Amino acid sequence: MNNKLTLENIQQFDLDEFQEISGENIFACYQCGNCSAGCPAADFMDLAPHEVIRLLQLGQIDEVVKTNTVWICAACVTCRVRCPKGVDLSKIMEAVRQIVLRKKNNYVDLNKIESELREKLPQIALVGNFRKFTL
Amino acid sequence: MKRIGVFICHCGINIAGTVDIEKLTSQIKEYPNVVHVENYKYMCSSPGQQLINQQIMDKNLDAVVVAACSPSLHENTFRTSVQRVEMNPYNCEIANIREQCSWVHDDKQIATDKAAKIIKSMVEKTVLDEPLMPITVPVNRKALVIGGGVAGMQAALNIANNGYEVILVERESSIGGHMAMLSETFPTLDCSQCILTPKMVEVDQHPNITLITYSEVVEVSGFVGNFKVKIKQKAKYVDWEKCNGCGDCITECPINTPSEFEQQLGERHAIYRPFPQAVPNKVIVDMDECIQCMVCQVFCPTDAIDFNQKDSIVEQEVGAIVLATGYQLYSLKNLPEYGGGEIEDVIDGLAFERLLSASGPTQGVVKRPSDGKIPQDVVFIQCAGSRDPENHMPYCSRICCMYTAKHAMLYKHRVHQGRAYIFYMDIRSGGKDYEEFVQRVMEEERVVYLRGKVSRLYEEDGKVVVCGTDTLTRRNVEIKADLVVTATPIRPIEDIDQLSKLFKISINQNGFLTEAHPKLRPVESLTSGIYLAGCAQAPRDIPDTVAQASGAASMVCALFSSDQLYHDPIIAGVDEDLCSGCGICVGVCPYSARTLNREKGIVEVNEVLCEACGACSAACPSGAAQQRNFTDIQLKNMVKAILG
Amino acid sequence: MEISYYPGCTLKTSAKNYEKTGLALLPIFDISPVEIKDWVCCGATYSLTSDNLMYQLAPIRTLIRAKESGNPRLLTLCDMCYNTLKRAALFIENDEEKREKIKNFMDEEETDYRGDEVEVVHLLTLLNEIGSQKISEKLVKSPLDLKIATYYGCMLLRPKEIQADSAENPQLMENIFQGMGVEVVEYPFRTECCGSYQIVNRREIILDRTKKIISSAVKNNADLMVLSCPLCDYNLEATQKELIEQDSNFKPLPVLYFSQLLALILGIDPEINDWSLHNIDPTPVLKRKGLL
Ligand SMILES: Cc1cc2nc3c(=O)[nH]c(=O)nc-3n(C[C@H](O)[C@H](O)[C@H](O)COP(=O)(O)OP(=O)(O)OC[C@H]3O[C@@H](n4cnc5c(N)ncnc54)[C@H](O)[C@@H]3O)c2cc1C
Ligand code: SF4
Ligand code: SF4
Repeated sequence: MNNKLTLENIQQFDLDEFQEISGENIFACYQCGNCSAGCPAADFMDLAPHEVIRLLQLGQIDEVVKTNTVWICAACVTCRVRCPKGVDLSKIMEAVRQIVLRKKNNYVDLNKIESELREKLPQIALVGNFRKFTL
Repeated sequence: MKRIGVFICHCGINIAGTVDIEKLTSQIKEYPNVVHVENYKYMCSSPGQQLINQQIMDKNLDAVVVAACSPSLHENTFRTSVQRVEMNPYNCEIANIREQCSWVHDDKQIATDKAAKIIKSMVEKTVLDEPLMPITVPVNRKALVIGGGVAGMQAALNIANNGYEVILVERESSIGGHMAMLSETFPTLDCSQCILTPKMVEVDQHPNITLITYSEVVEVSGFVGNFKVKIKQKAKYVDWEKCNGCGDCITECPINTPSEFEQQLGERHAIYRPFPQAVPNKVIVDMDECIQCMVCQVFCPTDAIDFNQKDSIVEQEVGAIVLATGYQLYSLKNLPEYGGGEIEDVIDGLAFERLLSASGPTQGVVKRPSDGKIPQDVVFIQCAGSRDPENHMPYCSRICCMYTAKHAMLYKHRVHQGRAYIFYMDIRSGGKDYEEFVQRVMEEERVVYLRGKVSRLYEEDGKVVVCGTDTLTRRNVEIKADLVVTATPIRPIEDIDQLSKLFKISINQNGFLTEAHPKLRPVESLTSGIYLAGCAQAPRDIPDTVAQASGAASMVCALFSSDQLYHDPIIAGVDEDLCSGCGICVGVCPYSARTLNREKGIVEVNEVLCEACGACSAACPSGAAQQRNFTDIQLKNMVKAILG
Repeated sequence: MEISYYPGCTLKTSAKNYEKTGLALLPIFDISPVEIKDWVCCGATYSLTSDNLMYQLAPIRTLIRAKESGNPRLLTLCDMCYNTLKRAALFIENDEEKREKIKNFMDEEETDYRGDEVEVVHLLTLLNEIGSQKISEKLVKSPLDLKIATYYGCMLLRPKEIQADSAENPQLMENIFQGMGVEVVEYPFRTECCGSYQIVNRREIILDRTKKIISSAVKNNADLMVLSCPLCDYNLEATQKELIEQDSNFKPLPVLYFSQLLALILGIDPEINDWSLHNIDPTPVLKRKGLL
C-alpha cells in the first residue's frame, strides 16, 4: 500500500539539514526526467533518479531509503552534467546514503567480500566502494 | 470590342509543372476579345509587372487578365500596378490557375484544359467589367471606448494623446476594472493600485477624454466613420455636478451591505463609492439597499443628494469604437465539487487578492473568511474549471498559473510559518520573466507543487479537506486546509450576448469577442470600425492587455488619419427601374445595408455598409439587385465559357 | 622539464602496465616525472557531502606535498585520482570558510594551502599540450589499418568544473591517435559509465554495462579499445570472460591503456608490458596490425 500524503507527512523531515548535507536545492528540479533517461544504472533501480528527488521534495525520505536506488547509483555524474537546472543528483544520492550510514548502518561488509575477488579488484574499486557504502 | 491582354504566370514550377504553358498560350490567343497573350516565369516580380504595363501601352489594351495564383494573394499587386499606366484597377482581373488547378492535378492534359477554361471564363467577365471608383465616406474623428478597465483606459489615452476626442463609457461608477482590485502584480510584484491610479487620474483630467461612468451603451447604428450611439446614464441619486467626494454622507449612512469590490469580504454603505481612490471621486446610492432615511441629504455640504434623479439617455456620434469590456470570474457556484460557493473558506482568486491587498478588508493581513484566523495551511487549486471541456470551460485561462504562483509567494511573505500547496495540471508560464518567477516560488519559497487535479473537497471540523493526488509519485494527497483558493476560469461579462448583438460582432463558442483574423488582424472585429482590446477578446495578463489596447488605439488613429474613408466599389446596387419594392433583399442582407423606401416604393442601399456578399443578388426576384462587375450576364457568360 | 607525479594506489598494483608505459612516454618529449614524497591514497571517490570535511583531508595533503616539491604541476595517470584531487583543489579554493576549518585538522602540516597553487593535470592533457604534430614526428612503427575504440568513462569528464575535455564529445585520445595511421571508430558509448565501484557488490550492473559498451565497439569494427582509467579497465576487460561464458554470441574485444598502444607506436620496447595481466589477450591483434 502506498502512503497517502497528508499534512502529517508532507515535508515533515528536516529540509534545511538535507540541504546542508547535500549542498543542493531539491526544489530546483523540474521533474523533466533527463537524469533518469541518461542514468546508466536506472534499469537496476527501484526508483528512477528523478523519482528520488520528487519523493524528497514531498518529504518522503523514508520511502527513498526503503528502495535500492541510492545504493545502485555509481556517482558517475551523468545526471548532473545534463540537468537543465544544474541539480547535482549525485550529491543528493550521497546525502541520502550518508543519512543512513550515519545511523551506523553500513551497506557493505568488507568481511563478506570473497577474498579471491578482493585480491583481483583494483584498489580504487574497493576504496571507492567503501567510501560510498560504509562510514 | 474590348482589347484584352492575358498574362500567364509560370509561378516557377508551381503552375508550369503541371500546366503546359506554351499550349495554353496558343489556345488563349484564339479567344475572342483577346488581342495579346504572353507568359512569364514570375508575373508578380517587378519585371513581370513592367511587362504587363508595357503591353498595356504598346497594344493599347483596355483590360488585362493575369492568370496566376489566388486573387487573395496578388490581386492588389496587379491592380495597383496597372494604375501606373492609367488603367482602371477594376479592369484588371485575376484568373486563379494555381490553387484549384495546377496544385490539385497531376495530369498535364487535364490541368492545361482546366486552366484554359478558367482563363476564358475570366476573359468573359472582363469583357463586361466596368471601370469603378472607390466610394468615399466622411469620417467622424471621435472614438468611443467601452469599458474603463486597464484596456479601455490605455486605448482612450493613446487615442486622446494623438489629438482625437474620446468618449469613455464605463458601467460602474468608477473606472479601473479588475486591475484596481489586485494586490501586487506578477512577475515584478509592483503594487497594482500604485501603478494604476496615475493612469486613472490621467484619464479623468485629459482634455480630449469625456468620461461617462455608471452608464451603458443601449443602441448603436451607422457604420465605420459614422456610428450613432445612445448611452444610458443610470440614475445615481446624487448630482455629480455638486458632489465634491467628501464622503460625509457615506460615514453617516446607517446601512451596511457586502461590498462587490471587496468580493463580499468587506462591507459598504447604501451610499458609496466602490473604493477610496475611485475616479471620478463621486458617490452613488444603491436604491436596493437604501431605506430613504435621508441622513445623507442632511449631511451633504453641497446639497447634492437628489432622490428624484432618473435614468437618462445621451446621444453621441463617433467614427470608431473600441470594445474593452473585460472579464468576470466563473462563479464557484458552478463548482459543486469544490463546495459550490457554500464553504466560506473556499474562495476565488479575486477574493484572495483582496485579502492580500493593503487597502483590502483585512488591511493585507491574510485572514480566513469564516473566523478571521490566520490560515496556516493554504491549498491553491489551479485549473478549477478551466481546461475541463466535460464539465466546465474547455480553454486555458492563461493567467492562473502566474497569479497562483504569485498568491503562494505573497502568502508566504505574509505568513512566514505558513505552508502553501499548489495543485496543478501543467505550469504555463510563457511570458517574459514568468518562468523565472515560478522557479523562484518553487526554489526559494518551497511552495509544495503537487501535480494533479483536486477531485473534490469538503468541510470537516473547521477545516477544508482537499482530496487530490500527485501523479508524479502516484500518491494520493489529503490536506486538511485552513483556506482554499481556487483559480476559476476567466469568463466574458455576463451579458456578452447582448453586447454582441448590439454591436453586431461575433463571439466564439466561449463568449469571447472574435477578432477579424486570429493571427494577422487580432485587434479588429469583423465589422469595420469596431476594435477589440483586453480580456473581452481572450483571457490575458496586464502587459498583453495594454499592448493589445495600444494596438487597437493605433488602428483607430490610422482610421482617423484622413477625414475620408474609401470603400470598395464592388457593391450590390439597385436598378430602380426593375425594383418592385418587395423588400426581400432587406431581410437577407446580413449587414443591414438595404432599406425599403416606402414612399418611392423601392429599396435603397447604404453603399458603405454593403460588403458585396451577394445575398441580395441571389434573393432578388426581379434582377434589380445586381452586384457591380458580378452581374447576372457576366456570371452567365463565365459559366458558359467553362462548360463550353 | 620536471613534473610532479602522483601515482595513486592502483598504478602500483593492478595497473602496472599503465604506469610503466605511461611514464616511458614522457622522456621522449624531454619530460621527467618526479614522484612526490609521502603521498597517500586520494580516497578514490570524491566526497559529495557538503558537511563532512574529513574525506577532503587526504587529497589536500597530497596537494600540499606537490606544492612542497617545487613543481606545482601534478601529473596523474589514473582518472579517479585526477577527479578526486582536482575536485578537492577546486573545493578548497572556492570555499574560504571550509578552507579555514580544514586548516584546523592540519596542524602538523608546515605548508599552508589555498587551493590554486597546484595544478592537477592528467597524462592525456599533457600529451595534448605536446600536440599531435610533435608526437607523430616520433612515430616508429606505423600500425597496419588499425581501428580503435576510445573509451573515456566518467571521471575525466564530469562534473564540468573539472573536466579535462568536453563531457559529451571528448577528443583527447582522438587527437593523439588520429595523426598516426590509426582510425578511431565512432560508437555511442565513449562517455557512458562502466558501473564503477559497483563491481564490488553489484557485479550484474557491470556485466550489463560491459556487454553494451564492448558490443557496440565491436559492432562498429573496432580491433581494440583504449582507455585511461584502471577501474574502467578492470570492469570492461576482466568481466568479458564471464560474458563469453554466459553468452556464446558475445564477441570479446581486447582492452589496453592508451599508453600501451602509443608506446608500441613510438617504438618503446614491448617487453615493458606484462601481457599476462590481460584477460583478453591483445597480442594476436597487435601482431596482425604489425605492432608486435
Ligand atoms: C485573481 C487575478 C489576479 C491577477 N493578477 C494579475 C497580475 O498579477 N498581473 C497581471 O498582469 N495580470 C493579472 N491578472 C489579470 C488582469 O486582471 C487582467 O489582465 C486585466 O485586468 C484585464 O483588463 P481589462 O481592461 O481587459 O478587463 P477588466 O479589468 O475586466 O475591465 C473591464 C471594464 O469594463 C467594464 N465593462 C464591462 N462591460 C461593460 C459595458 N457593457 N459597458 C461599459 N463598461 C463595461 C467593467 O466594469 C470593467 O471596468 C489577474 C487576474 C485575476 C483574476
Ligand atoms: S534532470 Fe535535473 S531537473 Fe530534470 S528531473 Fe533530473 S534533477 Fe530534476
Ligand atoms: S550519478 Fe548516480 S544517479 Fe546520477 S546518473 Fe550516475 S548513477 Fe545515475
